[in-house]
Amino acid sequence: MKWIDYENAKTVDEAIKILSQSGGKARPMAGGTDLIVQLRNKDPRTDADVVVDIKDIPDLNVLQCDPKTGLTIGAAVPLYKIYNDDNVKKYFPAIIDSASLIGGVLIQGRASFGGNLCNAAPSGDAIPNLIAHNGIATIAGPNGTRDVPVEDICTGPRQTSIGNDELLISINLPVPAAGFGASYIRFTPRNEMDIAVVGAGVSVNISEGKFTAARVSLASVAPTPIYVENAVNALVGETVGDAAIQRAANAAREAAKPISDMRGTAEYRKHLCEVLTRRALNAAIERAKEGK
Amino acid sequence: MTTKTHVQTTINGEPVDFLCEPRQSLLECLRDVVGLTGTKEGCNDGNCGACTVKLDGRIVTSCLVLGVEAQGADIETIEGVAEGTNLHPLQLAFLENAALQCGICTPGFIVSAKSLLDQNPNPTEHEIRFWLANNLCRCTGYDKIVRAVQDAAKKMQEAS
Ligand SMILES: Cc1cc2nc3c(=O)[nH]c(=O)nc-3n(C[C@H](O)[C@H](O)[C@H](O)COP(=O)(O)OP(=O)(O)OC[C@H]3O[C@@H](n4cnc5c(N)ncnc54)[C@H](O)[C@@H]3O)c2cc1C
Ligand code: FES
Ligand code: FES
Repeated sequence: MKWIDYENAKTVDEAIKILSQSGGKARPMAGGTDLIVQLRNKDPRTDADVVVDIKDIPDLNVLQCDPKTGLTIGAAVPLYKIYNDDNVKKYFPAIIDSASLIGGVLIQGRASFGGNLCNAAPSGDAIPNLIAHNGIATIAGPNGTRDVPVEDICTGPRQTSIGNDELLISINLPVPAAGFGASYIRFTPRNEMDIAVVGAGVSVNISEGKFTAARVSLASVAPTPIYVENAVNALVGETVGDAAIQRAANAAREAAKPISDMRGTAEYRKHLCEVLTRRALNAAIERAKEGK
Repeated sequence: MTTKTHVQTTINGEPVDFLCEPRQSLLECLRDVVGLTGTKEGCNDGNCGACTVKLDGRIVTSCLVLGVEAQGADIETIEGVAEGTNLHPLQLAFLENAALQCGICTPGFIVSAKSLLDQNPNPTEHEIRFWLANNLCRCTGYDKIVRAVQDAAKKMQEAS
């Protein structure tokens, strides 16, 4: 690995100061499960001289789940804390879907949702799920704090709208309206420790047998995880049932712009978009019916 | 540019200080600086689990931890699993069930499996396979490893 300096920031202000004084050559590090690999491989997209360890900053370690205020996930909270939290399990069960399938136990002791989002891989398994939950990213920088919907964070493969001198503080999921259910599923050849060929994160709100709201997002089918507005339009206002679900699944298939690679051809991925969107919607509807 | 950092840790219950560069992984520090070569390097990118150690109570891939991050940390490695010359039941079970061939993956599997049995003394086969999914073995085909963990769990429960 090339030479790096290491700073262990204890506060948000300290981290931002280091980031803004490093001329774009400093990188925050949460679990390091993406960053250390990229530095070791001399990835040109991760050209850092300074690693700023952020996982001791209290604001980034908040994990607060309250049925009245929603869920706040500090940017550096490791995955195992998320999937072991009783309130998250109870009120946001679909969030567990992503937290428990990123990497394996060894990775989950370190890796964070914040790192997954900021790494902006097209296949990032947390991202469609956070989009499906109407997630808002709170970002701090030298000029203060701003809130950005998660779907506006990733701008390209491993590129985000978060500045070099900014820090993701937390991701906030609002309290779901009545009749809410969500789900994230992905397709991988191996159950654990694999990269999604396609991932689908969805949520629905159901009232009196109709979809009153919905969110559909896909991973691994475009340069970034995408929010699929046409799939949402196919659902909202419609009767809950196979017809609307199939129209949404078809819209997901059409919205996907995948590439062919060793994990699957573009055609195969488009097919998977349809199947996974349908399955994820059915799982989300089940959860909505169970009142979860 | 900083020079070397003085890192103070506890390794297998003993205080251990070492000097390292910020770019050195905990794996490199354990093997090349501290001289604990039981922890192995396989892939050096988090996939194989040969470098598994326990860091402040959680198992991690030490190739994806910087040595400097271990400041003040409590580390357990394969060298701390046996008690003196008495092998841990998992180590005995790996030998008795022929759960290794070349052996490069074995320290990682044992450290991982030990942390599973510490918190779940009677895991199902599914739980064992799921927990060990982050540890790869190119030789055994995994079945004997799973049997060895089940065998160790049984003997540890009988003994307690
Ligand atoms: C063996 C293995 C298996 C994996 N399996 C999966 C998988 O199944 N699914 C999946 O999606 N990913 C997987 N990953 C990738 C990785 O583990 C995840 O993306 C993880 O969530 C990254 O989190 P982290 O905390 O380790 O991020 P880090 O490596 O610490 O950071 C990642 C990037 O985000 C930036 N960053 C981190 N925090 C912030 C912040 N607060 N503000 C601004 N920028 C920040 C960093 O500078 C870096 O560029 C795997 C990785 C490995 C090694
Ligand atoms: S050497 Fe660390 S996971 Fe393979
Ligand atoms: S025994 Fe050779 S890799 Fe597992």
